[in-house]
Amino acid sequence: MSEHNEIDRVSGRSTTGHEWDGIKELNTPLPRWWVLTFYATIIWAIGYWIVYPAWPLVSGYTTGLFQYSTRASVATDLADLEKLRGEKMAVLGNASLADIEKDPALLALARARGKTVFADNCAPCHGSGGAGAKGYPNLNDDDWLWGGSLDQIMQTIQFGARSGHAKTHEGQMLAFGRDGVLKKDEIVTVANYVRSLSGLSTAPKFDLAAGKKIFTENCTSCHGDNAKGNPELGAPNLTDQIWLYGSDEETLVETITNGRAGVMPAWVGRLDPVTVKALAVYVHSLGGGK
Amino acid sequence: MNKPVSPDELITDEDGPLYAPRKKVYPQSVSGRFRSIKWRLMAVCLGVYYLLPFVRWHRGLGAPDQAVLIDFPNRRFYFFFIELWPQEVYYFTGLLVLAAFALFLMNALGGRIWCGYLCPQTVWTDLFYAVERLVEGDRRAQMKADAGPMTVKRAGRRALKHAIWLMIAWWTGGAWVLYFADAPTLVRDLATLQAPVIAYVWIAMLTASTYLLAGYMREQVCVYMCPWPRIQAALTDEWALNVTYKYDRGEPRCSVKKAFDIRSLGEKAGDCIDCNQCVAVCPTGIDIRDGAQLGCIQCGLCIDACDAVMTKVGRKTGLIGYDNDINVQRRVAGKQEIFKPVRARTVVYASLITVVCAVMLYALMSRTLLDVNVLHDRNPIAVSLSDGAIRNGYTLRFLNKRGFDRVIAIDVDGPAGAKLHVIGADSVTPDRPMIVLGRDTTTELRVLVTAAFDEKAEKSVPVTFRVTDIGLGEVASATDHFVLP
Repeated sequence: MSEHNEIDRVSGRSTTGHEWDGIKELNTPLPRWWVLTFYATIIWAIGYWIVYPAWPLVSGYTTGLFQYSTRASVATDLADLEKLRGEKMAVLGNASLADIEKDPALLALARARGKTVFADNCAPCHGSGGAGAKGYPNLNDDDWLWGGSLDQIMQTIQFGARSGHAKTHEGQMLAFGRDGVLKKDEIVTVANYVRSLSGLSTAPKFDLAAGKKIFTENCTSCHGDNAKGNPELGAPNLTDQIWLYGSDEETLVETITNGRAGVMPAWVGRLDPVTVKALAVYVHSLGGGK
Repeated sequence: MNKPVSPDELITDEDGPLYAPRKKVYPQSVSGRFRSIKWRLMAVCLGVYYLLPFVRWHRGLGAPDQAVLIDFPNRRFYFFFIELWPQEVYYFTGLLVLAAFALFLMNALGGRIWCGYLCPQTVWTDLFYAVERLVEGDRRAQMKADAGPMTVKRAGRRALKHAIWLMIAWWTGGAWVLYFADAPTLVRDLATLQAPVIAYVWIAMLTASTYLLAGYMREQVCVYMCPWPRIQAALTDEWALNVTYKYDRGEPRCSVKKAFDIRSLGEKAGDCIDCNQCVAVCPTGIDIRDGAQLGCIQCGLCIDACDAVMTKVGRKTGLIGYDNDINVQRRVAGKQEIFKPVRARTVVYASLITVVCAVMLYALMSRTLLDVNVLHDRNPIAVSLSDGAIRNGYTLRFLNKRGFDRVIAIDVDGPAGAKLHVIGADSVTPDRPMIVLGRDTTTELRVLVTAAFDEKAEKSVPVTFRVTDIGLGEVASATDHFVLP
């Protein structure tokens, strides 16, 4: 490099020997600390390869000296969380549903746990706030197909409705039209009669007596003589203001013609008993619980 | 500023490096009025800092009895009779505003009083310099030793100095963590190595910063790092008193003998004998005779040094003193000196301080110890019940800032015939639910308001939750809306 060590007259420093249109480039070597740091990072990287998982292999990867794995550390953290939760949840497990609601601390704990679990498991059908949708009951109101007491709610969460579980709620709205039990005009008549039960307007030429007759012959076995429903069978109260599928004539005709049999899955095997308990308390505390 | 600079001196054709190595400052010990003021202020500042965590203040059972405590785990700040919650952190904004105005006022009256006497950087650096002089000797001895070879004796002294420095630094960090936990307990835990790791980490960090800032960085913090000298220069005015070399009296400098000769010829000789004592004692290593400058923290030590010399040579003291340029010019013109501590600027600062104090005091006196916040359910916003009634759900959060449990009653004003139900509360008075609020904590409850459906009613009506402390009669309320589906 002896040909490059021309000294620049102004700065007193050597040049690189590069020249463009009479402009020469000063030789400005990297600072030593920078170079040393650079080498240190290379050594560090080699150490890293040895200690931590680094290189992909044909089937797998180098695991490093400490067998470090982010997946394993997540598992450890989750286990720690479960352990931490276990202590608190054991208290919930030992308390009765009624006692949980009476104790502010337990209620807060159950509601917090229930809210999380609800968002993960129940919200897809019932909505994030439990407001429901057509065919999916609103859990905030006081109308319950299968009963709204703490125990009944817990029963429904555990085994579901028409879920196929041995202890599930059975019973469904029959397809009176499709199965040929009622004719089209009879269905329209009884639909208008059902509307009249809760004070809704009816069709102009609607025959109340005929409607009542059809209702008594076909519907009272499940919905009851007073049409107030039967939580044993999941038969809704037809005299109140709440309609799961809708109260207009067209929807009622559809319901009576083809029947209804919404499904709620059983959660007994999927959620642990304490979680189900917390969930029952949470749903009950949404406001509609009895 | 004072000396005329010839244009030649200003032209520099050297393309020298922008970096200049630090010249070590060896401030000489000095005694006098300002030195003793500084000693006393140092004792007060350090005394407050080191001992305040041990001051007790009884607050009742279950509450910490430390007078000043920042309780992070429980999210409380205690200052004697004041207990603040995290949402009241705006009081600290007021405190910072107050601190800024106090700084401005000090600056308008007497220049960099903060820098010279009160700033932690000054206080600790001053202490470290004192230790250095005690162990390694005064200015001359240190300079001589640094110029000479390293000897065993010198190495021993140096080690001793660093040991004392580190001990002071360690105490500084140690006192810091005491503000965040019960001090006597933490001291015991620290001694028995059972304190939380974070306590040791903070002590280590503050030990390091104290040691580095007071032992090594010293005046460089003031000159290069601190923004205040820059702001101070912009904030000051011609009336503010600053540590000033009275060049009208001092120039031209000449020795005592020469001054005698010149004066006997009837010509003017300055009082400054150019002994450089003011430079020797300066902790930032500047020459005050160059006029007001960024490096001058105005600690007044040069005043002490100059006064001692002036007394020795039998001249009037105060050649360096708190003064301003207006008075220098007036003396040159043969007029009387004037000082104006009360002027528009100081009056405005003082009134601002008074106003901020009054606002903070009012806010502190009128702060509520019972409070309620309300949050309307977002989903669903309203629920139709089977009988056609409408129900809205709310989350109420109660704050009980008192040190004891209390019973409150909740009333609701809203739509006609509104009924209130508190989830999980089997109240003996269903129409007016009563709840127990735990001491010094928040309580969150879910409440339901139900009202009959009225087609003619507004889609949304205000609903107010009123909370009444049954025993004390304190009230609080929160307003939201009752909406129809």
